[in-house]
Amino acid sequence: MLFTSLEFILFILGVFVLYYIVPKRFQWKLLLIANVFFYACAGIGGMVFMGVTIVTSYAATVCMDRLQKKADNCIQSQKGIWTKEERKAYKKQVKKRKRNILLDCLFINIGILAILKYTNFAIANINGIAAAFTGNGVLAYTDFVLPLGISFYTFQTMGYVIDVYRGKAEAERNIFKMALFVSFFPQLIQGPISRFGELKETLYKEHNFVFKNVLFGVERILWGYFKKLVIADRILVAVNTIIGQPSEYYGFYVFLGMIFYAVELYADFTGGIDITIGIAQVLGINLTENFERPYFSKSIAEYWRRWHITMGAWFRDYIYYPMSASVPVMKLSTFTRKHFGEAVGRRLPVYLVMFTVWFATGIWHGASWNFIVWGLLNCTVILISQECRPLYEKFHAKFPKLKDKCGYKCFQIIRTILLMSVLRLLDCYRNVPMTFCMFSTMFTRFNIGSVLGGGLLTLGITVYDYAVVGLGVMLLFMVSMLQRKGSVRERLYEKSVVVQYFAVLFLLVAIIIFGAYGIGYDANQFIYNQF
Amino acid sequence: MKRRTKTAAAAVLMIAFTFLVLFLFQALLVPKYMSGVREGALIQEYYRETTKHDVIFIGDCEVYENISPVTLWEEYGITSYIRGSAQQLVWQSYYLLEETLKYEKPDVVVFNVLSMKYNEPQNEAYNRMTLDGMKWSSSKAQSVKVSMTGDENFASYVFPLLRFHSRWSELTKEDFRYMFSRDTVSHNGYLMQVGTKPVTTMPKTEILDNYSFGENAWQYLEKITDICRENGIKLVLMKAPTIYPVWYEQWEKQIEEYADKNDLLYYNFLETMDEAGIDLTTDTYDAGLHLNVEGAEKLSKYFGKILVQECGLSDNRKDEALSEVWREKICAYEAEKEQKYRESEQSGNNQKG
Repeated sequence: MLFTSLEFILFILGVFVLYYIVPKRFQWKLLLIANVFFYACAGIGGMVFMGVTIVTSYAATVCMDRLQKKADNCIQSQKGIWTKEERKAYKKQVKKRKRNILLDCLFINIGILAILKYTNFAIANINGIAAAFTGNGVLAYTDFVLPLGISFYTFQTMGYVIDVYRGKAEAERNIFKMALFVSFFPQLIQGPISRFGELKETLYKEHNFVFKNVLFGVERILWGYFKKLVIADRILVAVNTIIGQPSEYYGFYVFLGMIFYAVELYADFTGGIDITIGIAQVLGINLTENFERPYFSKSIAEYWRRWHITMGAWFRDYIYYPMSASVPVMKLSTFTRKHFGEAVGRRLPVYLVMFTVWFATGIWHGASWNFIVWGLLNCTVILISQECRPLYEKFHAKFPKLKDKCGYKCFQIIRTILLMSVLRLLDCYRNVPMTFCMFSTMFTRFNIGSVLGGGLLTLGITVYDYAVVGLGVMLLFMVSMLQRKGSVRERLYEKSVVVQYFAVLFLLVAIIIFGAYGIGYDANQFIYNQF
Repeated sequence: MKRRTKTAAAAVLMIAFTFLVLFLFQALLVPKYMSGVREGALIQEYYRETTKHDVIFIGDCEVYENISPVTLWEEYGITSYIRGSAQQLVWQSYYLLEETLKYEKPDVVVFNVLSMKYNEPQNEAYNRMTLDGMKWSSSKAQSVKVSMTGDENFASYVFPLLRFHSRWSELTKEDFRYMFSRDTVSHNGYLMQVGTKPVTTMPKTEILDNYSFGENAWQYLEKITDICRENGIKLVLMKAPTIYPVWYEQWEKQIEEYADKNDLLYYNFLETMDEAGIDLTTDTYDAGLHLNVEGAEKLSKYFGKILVQECGLSDNRKDEALSEVWREKICAYEAEKEQKYRESEQSGNNQKG
């Protein structure tokens, strides 16, 4: 069920109405039924894998929790009897058993994700190597169907299991509530990746109908649809034309495609998240924000703190920190400091961990080399910029007033957008050599004259489409500027009912009239759904 | 209490205003079919009829461009209406007939059999031309359901704005002018065409894998037969005398057998063209696909005689009220004919002229 389909809109309307009609104690159960229905629409097969994730994670968390509680009681009862060493040994033994449970659970679930998502990638690489020697591939490709949202729900659930292991979250004893957390339908498609501790606060609570919540939720949903249907799906045609015909569209077209894709991806992904958070808000459930005006970032590092925030936080909390504090990395740190000196030795383990995290980020986005290279290049840019910091500081010491100047800030913002857009070419062409080749044409094949002299109208969209996208982007920019001073919806709420009504009506009419949907437009799934 | 009432009233007002705005946009954005592709306007014109009809024609362009109800009236006093539309499929003909029977019960229904060759939904644009013009009823709902192609959805028939929203970039003066009312483009469902483009080549007869009509097509022809029988209506099958697209011998045989089996009249006018006086070097405006107004009048004269003889239709010209109505129709018909001849002569299309 596509978020942009009429079926989905009817489905959520039905859920909204029923949610506030049923007795409040049944609200979470209704959501679980809605999740099952939503997921079943995507194929019954996927439910089996999600079922395995739910059952194994439930069993693992409950076991770990019981083990911990039993251990705590035991330690309590043996207070004054056991020596410090005995207590330490017992704790170590409990931790080891918990870790075994955790590893088993991670093995099963990450294993499912890895097999379903990465088998063909592995086969392609093996075949590539084999072909280099024998001239033929040796393994046949599999035809696994990737269950809906598997990357998102696996990461969210594994985060929860690790939190229980670390004692940061309590295990949920009701398997159905646990199932609701794993399968909460609005966030299945593209996140955000929620933390159990935060989500459970509102997910299982009984909710009254609060007009303001519902209004804000509806406004956010409409805003999401506006971004997705009016901007993203309209500019998408031009992006696909440029990417799909590299022999015709090179040089300045690549630059345009890169900028168009930046607009499309932002409108698509943030639009989807707006719809997700808006739906949850109508239901009285708070989801974590996933974006904070990322295109206003002044550096790549800042950009990644403001783009897909929950994914970045997941990699930070569950890979970066644990790896940095792990025994092998500590040992490596000691080794490198000893052999390469303090400056280099301090950096090497950090770089290694960062490259690992970015490798994981890349491959999480897709099972292909373009995503891996994309991840590693992101890491490289961040590290280079980190290494150049002394130079920047020197420069700014020489020109102290420059930092605060609006023009310089704009330069930093545009530089970040361009850098990110260049890296995203790997996502566009999905082929590493082709990406580098097309990128190079921007500097070797000059065709700006022909592009602006009619070439723009060969990309499958009309002058009217450009006008709609242009106005849409202007509106996006204006709203983003307003958001810097606080919630736009809160400010709108302070206005008269008539003003609020016309704002909602404007969005609704704009979506219906200017949205790229129906016959003549392909039904486009959200870009992040494929990840 | 007072506050609650006020809130409720405001909510109702807002919802009503929202629907009004959307209705206005819908009225503006749906195609009007007043020029260019006028076929899309045919179906809805039926609801403007004030009198009943002896004969109802159902089918595709082979009825609405080849039969002239005005000639049938003038020559035989037969009142008739063509509920035809572009590429009208058999099930659409059935549901149009079912709907028509809610308004009137004609003595005769004539169904043009060319559409038997289609067994599946074909084309969204043609579906729209047939279905959007129908008033909402169970017949329309059923017709929409069975006619939709893979990428269509039912909601877009309920709210055509969802289908035509993207026309904002191609609006013309016509869209504003005909937002709330449309001109009549047909003469009791007949879409007049003038000019001559003679047949110069015969169509190539391609060999088909299978000449049998599909199960779906048969099922709905069966339904048409049944509904006529149940209502005491005489069903007549016809094949118009146009040579494009090809009408295969094998198809002819199947229809003949069906007509025999069900005791129906069937006329293939391709076989009686000489008798009807139709000459495809002068009586077609598009080289044999459809007849021009002269051809349509000739066919109507010929067919009218058959209808009177075989179906026992009586002459209504003595009915004063009916005559008054038809006098106006004749005036409009002649006026358009004259105007079209003039335009055709000016543009040099009417070689006959």
